[in-house]
Amino acid sequence: MSRQFTPKVVTANRLREGDVVYLTADDQWTLLHHEAELIEDEAHAQLRLLHASAQKLLIVGPYLADAKAGPNGPEPVHFREAFRTRGPSNYDHGKQADLRA
Amino acid sequence: MYSYSDFDESFVRARVAQFTQQVERRLDGSLTEEEFRPLRLMNGLYLQLHAYMLRVAIPYGTISPRQMRQLAMIADTYDKGYGHFTTRQNIQFNWPKLPDVPAILQALADVEMHAIQTSGNCVRNVTADHFAGAAADEIEDPRPYAELLRQWSTDHPEFQFLPRKFKIAITGSPNDRAVTRAHDIGLRMVKNAAGESGFEVMVGGGLGRTPMIAHTVRDFLPIADLLPYVEAVLSVYNTLGRRDNKYKARIKITVHETGKEEISRMIEQRFTELRPLFGGHDQALLEDIRAAFAPPAFRNAPTDAYDAFYKADPVFRSWADTNLTPHRNDQYAIVTISVKAHGQTPGDASSDQMRVMADLAERYGHNDLRISHEQNVILPHVHKSDLPAVHAALAQVGLATANVGLISDIIACPGMDYCALATARSIPIATQIAERFKALDLEHEIGPMKIKISGCINACGHHHVGHIGILGLDRAGVENYQITLGGDGTETAAIGDKTGPGFAYDEIVPAIERIMRAYLAVREAPQETFLQTVRRLGLEPFKVALYEAEGAQDAA
Repeated sequence: MSRQFTPKVVTANRLREGDVVYLTADDQWTLLHHEAELIEDEAHAQLRLLHASAQKLLIVGPYLADAKAGPNGPEPVHFREAFRTRGPSNYDHGKQADLRA
Repeated sequence: MYSYSDFDESFVRARVAQFTQQVERRLDGSLTEEEFRPLRLMNGLYLQLHAYMLRVAIPYGTISPRQMRQLAMIADTYDKGYGHFTTRQNIQFNWPKLPDVPAILQALADVEMHAIQTSGNCVRNVTADHFAGAAADEIEDPRPYAELLRQWSTDHPEFQFLPRKFKIAITGSPNDRAVTRAHDIGLRMVKNAAGESGFEVMVGGGLGRTPMIAHTVRDFLPIADLLPYVEAVLSVYNTLGRRDNKYKARIKITVHETGKEEISRMIEQRFTELRPLFGGHDQALLEDIRAAFAPPAFRNAPTDAYDAFYKADPVFRSWADTNLTPHRNDQYAIVTISVKAHGQTPGDASSDQMRVMADLAERYGHNDLRISHEQNVILPHVHKSDLPAVHAALAQVGLATANVGLISDIIACPGMDYCALATARSIPIATQIAERFKALDLEHEIGPMKIKISGCINACGHHHVGHIGILGLDRAGVENYQITLGGDGTETAAIGDKTGPGFAYDEIVPAIERIMRAYLAVREAPQETFLQTVRRLGLEPFKVALYEAEGAQDAA
């Protein structure tokens, strides 16, 4: 029996700025993890990743990252993905600062 | 210092123009990321966790005030007002945007700088003793040889697609400050029985997942044989090195699998083939390069002002005691500017700080600045009478921390705060250790101490050769930090030994404190350094300090 599929989000970096972004259900790229489409089906995840990979003028290096449902939308599971939602911990730089501005 | 020849200038400009077009073609979709990636990496541009990162070469860590100011300008114009000095004497900008990179490279070319061969499977920036040309213990300034190697290796057609990256380090002193034994090739200047200068050639050192200390393949290599011999090493490696497995592709594995005797024989054989092909042009070039590294015109002036200030001002005295190194001219001192203020990111300098360091180098330092692999900045030639003024100016911008060689002078890689390869964070561990020991006021009591932190097994933070090494790993989705003790990056190089199970993110600083308290309790005298204590007693007292409290809890 195959293991239960861990839900995923599609994530990548923006081509021009390098910012971390997530694919939404309506095919937009958002800076906010909780706005991402939470994908609970493996076949659908592969289709969404293919869709993302085709957008070579917008993003770089798309991949599927583990996620879980939260009260406001998908939340990261691994600490690396949690850091990617914010930015570095030594300065108030990256999305944690940009999103507030 | 060395100035670009017309050839260097046109080569770097041509590369900027070429990469500018490559960026345009990526942005308009003519190039896919798969096509573009190797091109951007050849020009030092990485995609990291939150942004692009541009790694700029600082050959053998030598940089002029004008170049330092240009880095400050780039930091202000295209980045977030700072740069990060690395363990390979380079500088990294953490926030460039792809469309701006051509302009950054143009600005670098304006001051004879570039980002070529700071990535990829080629010969990387040749690193050198950061006190080169100034140290009292030096046989000869190694930088002319480093510059010769730079020119020879830049765009060398045979060595652009090596099995893996290749790092060369060189020192002109018996006291090795360039970690030569942990490099693919380490070169150490020595004298032979006839009193001639030459090199001890060490091959196959490296850190990473398989740390190894280099083997000496030649005890004495005459200066005139340097290029053909290094080329022979590269040539043998290029043929034998494994391309089937990235983790076994470095020359240290080639040396290990081939055996020291056999690889030495192959190198010597290749050398006899190559030597006649070097007709002396390299030596003529070397003579020109040497002229560029002539010592500055040292000033002859009294140093009484320094002596008086040293006696009178305890803050200055503390800084002078830790941050100065003897200069070959006894009226002068080598100043290490600590880019490690307690609580600040090791190796990060703001644009304002860069400009102050540039000003000081111009005013008091014979226009010379160095970047050390320990992520500090050096003013190699300061007349002692100018030291009080230098110290006062540094203090104005948070650069007068008196901690060089002490527990808060930590090497840390960018770790998972920036790096896409990292498995855990390094920077916050470094800043917390520094702040903790400042709060305890134990830094000077502990004495010489090198803590080195890497956020993954690739060991950019040199953790294997730290007196205390800390390696950040991902253990089942949680940051975990492994400790090694007894590492040494100098001429008595050694790889540290693991103490045992790792520690969680919030346990690692208390663990380091337990090690330090154990050291203070068991050392024979205050003069016995931590490294000496580890060598005398082994790991046992430190294992007890690290794990016995845990064991007691488990038993309860």
